[in-house]
Amino acid sequence: MSRTIPARRGRPSAAPMPQRKVSLSLRLKRISRAWQLYVLLAPALIYIAVFKYWPMYGVQIAFKNYNPVDGFTDSPWVGLQHFIRFVNSYQFGQVVGNTLWIAVLGLLVAFPIPIILALLVNQLQSERFKKFTQTVLYSPAFISTVVVVGIMFVVLSPRSGLVNNAIQLAGGEPIFFMGSAEWFRPIYVISDVWQNAGFSMIVYLAALAGIDPALHDAAKVDGASKFQRIRHIDLPGIMPVVTVLFILAIGNLLNVGFEKALLMQTPLNLSTSEIIQTYVYHAGLQQAQFSYSAAIGLFNSLLNLALLLFFNTVARRANQATLW
Amino acid sequence: MSLKTSPRTTEYSHRTVKSRRTKPTLRDRYGDRVFNIAATVVLLLSILAVVYPLYFIVIASVSDPNAVYEGKVWLFPSGVTVEGYQRIFADSRIWNGLGNTLVYTVLGTAISVTTILCGAYALSRKDMPGRKVLMLLFVITMFFDGGIITKYLVVRDLGMLNTVWAVVLPSAVGVWNLIIARSFFEHTIPNELREAAQMDGANDFKFFFKMVLPLSKPLIMLMIMVHVVAQWNSFFDALIFLNDDSKYPLQLVLRNILIQSDVSSTGTTGGDIQSYAAAQRIAELTKYAMIVVSSLPLMIALPFMQKHFTKGAMIGAVK
Repeated sequence: MSRTIPARRGRPSAAPMPQRKVSLSLRLKRISRAWQLYVLLAPALIYIAVFKYWPMYGVQIAFKNYNPVDGFTDSPWVGLQHFIRFVNSYQFGQVVGNTLWIAVLGLLVAFPIPIILALLVNQLQSERFKKFTQTVLYSPAFISTVVVVGIMFVVLSPRSGLVNNAIQLAGGEPIFFMGSAEWFRPIYVISDVWQNAGFSMIVYLAALAGIDPALHDAAKVDGASKFQRIRHIDLPGIMPVVTVLFILAIGNLLNVGFEKALLMQTPLNLSTSEIIQTYVYHAGLQQAQFSYSAAIGLFNSLLNLALLLFFNTVARRANQATLW
Repeated sequence: MSLKTSPRTTEYSHRTVKSRRTKPTLRDRYGDRVFNIAATVVLLLSILAVVYPLYFIVIASVSDPNAVYEGKVWLFPSGVTVEGYQRIFADSRIWNGLGNTLVYTVLGTAISVTTILCGAYALSRKDMPGRKVLMLLFVITMFFDGGIITKYLVVRDLGMLNTVWAVVLPSAVGVWNLIIARSFFEHTIPNELREAAQMDGANDFKFFFKMVLPLSKPLIMLMIMVHVVAQWNSFFDALIFLNDDSKYPLQLVLRNILIQSDVSSTGTTGGDIQSYAAAQRIAELTKYAMIVVSSLPLMIALPFMQKHFTKGAMIGAVK
């Protein structure tokens, strides 16, 4: 069965059945009637064809020795050479480890905080305070990554920074935060929470607003405390949204924060701040090793995809909401 | 205690409800109050954690750099000076970057919003043949992409390197925004409306431009704002696709000054250590001012934008 379907799709004209012909012409008629819709869709389709699928087609250079004259298609094949070189390189363990570290740390810390914030904001009595909190908490999302990292550099500066002034006031020694490998991960995650928790909270607040207030009234009548109502009504109520966002976060696990990591890099913290994507950037665009870095990028994408598929399956097994 | 069951209030008479309500609430009111206080304290601390660094940047930007350096600035500016701002406004790189950013933002937003609205409407039409397959083509790109290297090579092969197009086109359409727009159309444009319009002889173009778009103002506002913010703040495409300083957007100029500590604007040429240290402090002052100036436009627009972004989250949550 599964074999016949693609065959039919592939060669519709080869099917001699009269019934097929009718449905085909009917289909063509429907398509031609909707031509204006296709025109509307055309720019978006051209966009993904050129900027998404063409680069995807170009990924084959990960298995080739790319040279600009031959382009994607005609460059000579070299098999898995670039992957083997990457896996055997001394940076491999460090770069993959660093990536997983900040990805997992980011997920564990940065994912639950917006949920907690939303639950707390949602039960506030005063509408005005609610709105104020919301606005303030999500305002950093509108500050650019460049400026956020710029803020880090000035606030954490060892000579004049706010934080080190406070440390010295308390009698401690100043710390060169941006130039130390140990501090890269904490700063990365804390700044992520600082910048994005408020914005992520909005989605959960929207989901919370959709919960039937009758449930809360009923629970109140039954004598449930606020905490119990959050635990048994609010949390289950937003669980589908949480699951979907969690799977999406997993799907982007290894992609997020690349720009920030790149901006936060200093020669002194490279041993923790060099992640797969920044390594791709350095090897590929700064040293022009296109095939080698494309192979590393592909390795990253595949790892990501595998994680996504794995967690989607887990969610389905657990009868939770899934992406598909 | 099962709280997940449907409301049972109706089973009780008015009196029982009342008597049931008073007793447990009296007992629990104490717990609830503690909870309320704890929640408020947590939220106030979060607000402080968000606001204080920003507030500090603002007061530091107008303070005497020596006071900031010695850690004397905590709650109020000291030795007020606007020298940092004067230096920024005298810096031609900043003005040039700002001009470029304006061009990129206007052009990029126009391209992105038009493409997304048209495409999303077509995909929202359940009667468009091949809709599912086409949608799948878009969704796939959310989970797998060719990576920056091949994207760079494609842009290079297109001859777009170092042009405006390299900044506004490669990231023009976000599939997530497309999905939000599509579900907005699906939920707000009733089928009956289209059928009625078709009866009156309106074709798809006419219906989309004359009926759908005027009915979709909240969505259009949301899309415009999302893209203005994104373009204003983006630097990475410019970093990899542009190599001519005069085309750099503001964010890239900021990166070079704030993060890479390119202090050429302060004019430190040799001199003794003392004047070098002074120049360093001035450079720090300029950084504070620069952070304020570059973030201010969006921060001012924030209260106005909030309404639309909250609505956008609602549309997203409906999906």
